[in-house]
Amino acid sequence: MRYITDRKRATGRGSARSGTEHHWYMQASAVGLAFLVPWFVYCVGRALTLPYGDAWYLLMQPYVSIPMGLAVFVGMRHFAKGATMMIEDYTRGTWRKALVIAALSLSYAVTAVGLYALIVITLKA
Amino acid sequence: MVQFTLPKNSKVRVGKTWPRPEGRNVRKFRIYRWDPDTGENPRVDTYFLDMDKCGPMVLDALIKIKNEVDPTLTFRRSCREGICGSCAMNIGGINTLACIHGLDAVRGDVAIYPLPHMPVVKDLVPDLTHWYAQHASIKPWLETTTNRPAKEWRQSIDDRKKLDGLYECVMCACCSTACPSYWWNPDRYLGPAALLHAYRWISDSRDEATGERLDDLEDPFKLYRCHTIMNCTKTCPKGLNPAKAIAEIKKMMVDRVV
Repeated sequence: MRYITDRKRATGRGSARSGTEHHWYMQASAVGLAFLVPWFVYCVGRALTLPYGDAWYLLMQPYVSIPMGLAVFVGMRHFAKGATMMIEDYTRGTWRKALVIAALSLSYAVTAVGLYALIVITLKA
Repeated sequence: MVQFTLPKNSKVRVGKTWPRPEGRNVRKFRIYRWDPDTGENPRVDTYFLDMDKCGPMVLDALIKIKNEVDPTLTFRRSCREGICGSCAMNIGGINTLACIHGLDAVRGDVAIYPLPHMPVVKDLVPDLTHWYAQHASIKPWLETTTNRPAKEWRQSIDDRKKLDGLYECVMCACCSTACPSYWWNPDRYLGPAALLHAYRWISDSRDEATGERLDDLEDPFKLYRCHTIMNCTKTCPKGLNPAKAIAEIKKMMVDRVV
């Protein structure tokens, strides 16, 4: 039995003095993604209907590749922060830390692969 | 990890069925029972009441059962008019006050359980110790550094109106115990009730500790565990809106940095 008071248990280690940046980022990125994701889906869908060469040409265009790159980057950052929040909700201790690291790693990996693919497509003109 | 099943000693079993009285307007009550002294699992006892001889509220039925059927049934009650918040319990799946919840608002059998996800002291009495400590941690009193005025701290009518919808909270804990975020992280998330009260003091024009109060709340768990599920607002027996109060705190936090 730990002889700590109820107030001590409720206060814990006090405020982390953070969280607002995360909250604001999620709101701001959600607004950005509301435009970027439909454009991303449209471009991918359009590319799927085109012959290989035309699809490549479409994805090379700056008005396609730049928003797609932004969608991948912002989307994965949004995913990483959202997944972290979800993991923190339902897990504790070492599991929590391991799963947060896994979610962050996954988001960085997808971002790197996505951006690499876009760069390759754009530069291999 | 989150525990999705109850431990063995908490599994609820079928309890005693009490005699059914004579009469045409008889209603069935299924009530959660647990006595820590017996060491037995919790159970659900079944009671029957003649509604022609019972008051209209759920608390009337509970008092009738305690007085006339089973004196061991334990529950909190005091004012019987929705002011004290003592008789908060889960009735027909809804957290509410038994004294102002009409029996006609419950369809079919009346299922009565203690407030969910709280330690149970006995029967329908939850242990609210931690919840009260969380309320105390937000310093629910006027904080000032200016010398005390000779007569009173003055407040404009408009500033006073900002407290409407906040000060009426009777601290029944219905909202916090209806909140899934509070279920998962009760140790670190303050819950809707404490945050409603925090906003009540943050928005008080007479309080001089607004910054410190916001500092204390700026935490990924204390405040930002609220995911706007809105169960708190839906269940509040006083018709208050804790979710809006939490959203207002978040807006103030953002306004401080953006």
